[in-house]
Amino acid sequence: MTSKEKTWTWRDIPVGAVAENPGSSSEYLTGGWRSQRPVFTPDNCVQCGVCYIYCPDASIVMTPEGYPEILLDYCKGCGICARECYMATFGLSCFEMVDEEEFR
Amino acid sequence: MSKRIGMEVSIAVAEAVKLANADVIAAYPITPQTHIVEHLSELVADGDLDAEYVCVESEHSAMSAVVGASAAGARSYTATASQGLALMHEILFIASSMRLPIVMTVANRALSGPLSIWNDHSDVMASRDCGWIQYFVENGQEAFDHTLIAFRVAEDPEVSLPVIVNLDGFILSHMIEPHVLLDDEEVARYIPPFRPVNRLDPDNPVTMGDFAMPEFYTEVKKSQEMALRNSRATIDKGWQEFAELTGRKYQAVETYKTEGAEILMLSMGALGETASVAVDRMRDQGLPVGLVKLRLWRPFPSDDLLKALGGAKKIVVMDRAISFGAAANPVAAEVTSLLYDTEPRPCIFNSVVGLGGRDVRVEDFEAIVKKAMQGHSYPGPVGDYDLIGVRE
Repeated sequence: MTSKEKTWTWRDIPVGAVAENPGSSSEYLTGGWRSQRPVFTPDNCVQCGVCYIYCPDASIVMTPEGYPEILLDYCKGCGICARECYMATFGLSCFEMVDEEEFR
Repeated sequence: MSKRIGMEVSIAVAEAVKLANADVIAAYPITPQTHIVEHLSELVADGDLDAEYVCVESEHSAMSAVVGASAAGARSYTATASQGLALMHEILFIASSMRLPIVMTVANRALSGPLSIWNDHSDVMASRDCGWIQYFVENGQEAFDHTLIAFRVAEDPEVSLPVIVNLDGFILSHMIEPHVLLDDEEVARYIPPFRPVNRLDPDNPVTMGDFAMPEFYTEVKKSQEMALRNSRATIDKGWQEFAELTGRKYQAVETYKTEGAEILMLSMGALGETASVAVDRMRDQGLPVGLVKLRLWRPFPSDDLLKALGGAKKIVVMDRAISFGAAANPVAAEVTSLLYDTEPRPCIFNSVVGLGGRDVRVEDFEAIVKKAMQGHSYPGPVGDYDLIGVRE
């Protein structure tokens, strides 16, 4: 949703509320829904990429160096990355879920 | 073409869909709608109608299939009744919100339980607020005509909304009645080629049926509500053009012997024919009674109805469904709400008739009117209505 559309009145809504700019869901910033934030510990990471595959919102990208990077504009804080991390088996998950209020 | 042909009403409806040259039909057979879709599948199988007939495994799929077909730009049709309509319920709202001009016949039948295959309006009243344009027809000719009118109105770019044509199950669907049909050339003149407002087109991609955040939902709903309300002008145009083509005139509200009437009955659907015989009989006895018939249920024709009901001291509203535990049954609730501000406010009675196929006879209307003539004054107890013929 761009700032222009946020000011739309009901008269501006296209017939059937079709999105005339398909593939534009990246404009919806959903990071504000998050109550917990995954905090990454590079020392634990074996670069397996499991978090990247499991993230349901494609909010994790892999850096050229092969490490995960969380896109906080989209991450809803579900915690799946922290749980599915291979290293979590050894109690060394790469991600710790931290309450958002800690970052205020 | 002006020759009258004896034909089962279901077959006439299917012939209308063929004349409208539907592209996609997706339906699941259910009594009493079966003959409509059975005949359509024959027409397609025999090569008389060049359409895709999709045999789906449920009504939920039937409605989903026509949503997809309509979104792809195909003229789409389905038909159902009772449990079938209930199973479609969630997709009905999606079709109207996506503004897809699907046409559907509902051969009205009671909802289970107990299981009843017979007629009443409980099926469509449970889906009343689905956002579709809704007609109720009174006889076979109206059913045939309104199937064509529905395509004309639904697909008008000014409207682009789905339409339900309600016809009473068995009472209409299985009757053999005289029909004046139209020919292909006449229908082609009446229903222009389908030019969808939105279409799934790989060259011009759009996203249809997506989600809306709270910042948008209210505006989308208002836009949909205004589209349904504003469809009325095109609905009237659809009837007017049809009258020019065939000479058969329809309007949202019809009156029968209402001049000088002190008491008016209000009916929807096939009840109107029986009620008009009752009016004839009572007029012969000197009773000042008339009949108002509601043909358009959504958008609700408030102004027309106010005009038609104006001046009557007493109004008896016929409902063919119970709204369990409500202040009033569906049609009565609407009419009572409409008349609240009129001066002097008429006395409104509500009779629930013909549930689950219970026969409604001329004598029943006479008894209803005679009781109302001596009846209690307004307002009665909240939710007070007569369940006609119930064994106490």
